[in-house]
Amino acid sequence: MNINWFKYSTPQTFYPLAGRMIPWFAWSAVVFAVVGLYISFAIAPTDFQQGEAYRIIFVHVPAAWMSMFIYIVMAVWAAIGLILNARLSAMMAQALAPTGAIFTLLALVTGSLWGKPTWGTWWVWDARLTSELILLFLYLGFIALQAAIDDPRRADRAGALLALVGIVNIPIIYFSVKWWNTLHQGSTINMGAAPKMVATMLIAMLLMALAFWMYTIAVALMRVRCIMLERERTADWVKELLGIKSPEGKS
Amino acid sequence: MQWASWTEFFNMGGYAIYVWPSFGLTALCVVWEVTALHRRSKEALRLARLLAQE
Repeated sequence: MNINWFKYSTPQTFYPLAGRMIPWFAWSAVVFAVVGLYISFAIAPTDFQQGEAYRIIFVHVPAAWMSMFIYIVMAVWAAIGLILNARLSAMMAQALAPTGAIFTLLALVTGSLWGKPTWGTWWVWDARLTSELILLFLYLGFIALQAAIDDPRRADRAGALLALVGIVNIPIIYFSVKWWNTLHQGSTINMGAAPKMVATMLIAMLLMALAFWMYTIAVALMRVRCIMLERERTADWVKELLGIKSPEGKS
Repeated sequence: MQWASWTEFFNMGGYAIYVWPSFGLTALCVVWEVTALHRRSKEALRLARLLAQE
């Protein structure tokens, strides 16, 4: 394989490439969401214990998965940015944080809306819920820290350190239902074991997760393009992109 | 199909006040995020153009 990956690691080549990729991811997200929602509401059977309230899991579980996955991806980009001093990697980390925060908030709120009819309470301070709330604070802390530092490269380094320290929270969230006696139930889908749920329910959940994945990639690419333009608006590649000749070219 | 009528569907077996806000809020977040990014992108391009022409 003779692909020069470094060619795409600079803003001037990545900006147009990201622009071409966005519609593909956006439309896949729409297709997965439409099919996923149809199966969630029209085909998946009523749960014999929870009635129709269980349908909240079709948005709750994928949102909770995304909240953790996005954090890991964000921390990896931040680490690459820190180690290789690569500005595009740091911008990718920055572009993922708001979407991660939104999914964390959605996981918490939809969990609460499911908890009220099923557990009889909106909120308990159990290990799963508390560690997920800490995840929201980590995302918000990362965003606030980056916004508070004027020099973007220093902001990247500070944010990367926070993201890397915060990654210890991810296994805590994931294994909390095993390590502690939580009100939150254990995972229904385990690697290496048959899922303990009806096939149509599982398919609906996986399709919604795929839709969220595609959505996340599309919005992260949209955001990273904004960040590139905002940070490098005086760079020559931006002028070329806008079709404006640099002053040297005119004379 | 799980539902005998649209009324039954919207009623969600009595759990409508929990099910619909969950999906509604998710949809709202998606719409808000995409609109905000569109606006941000337009503004970033406008500023870049302004700076480039100086």
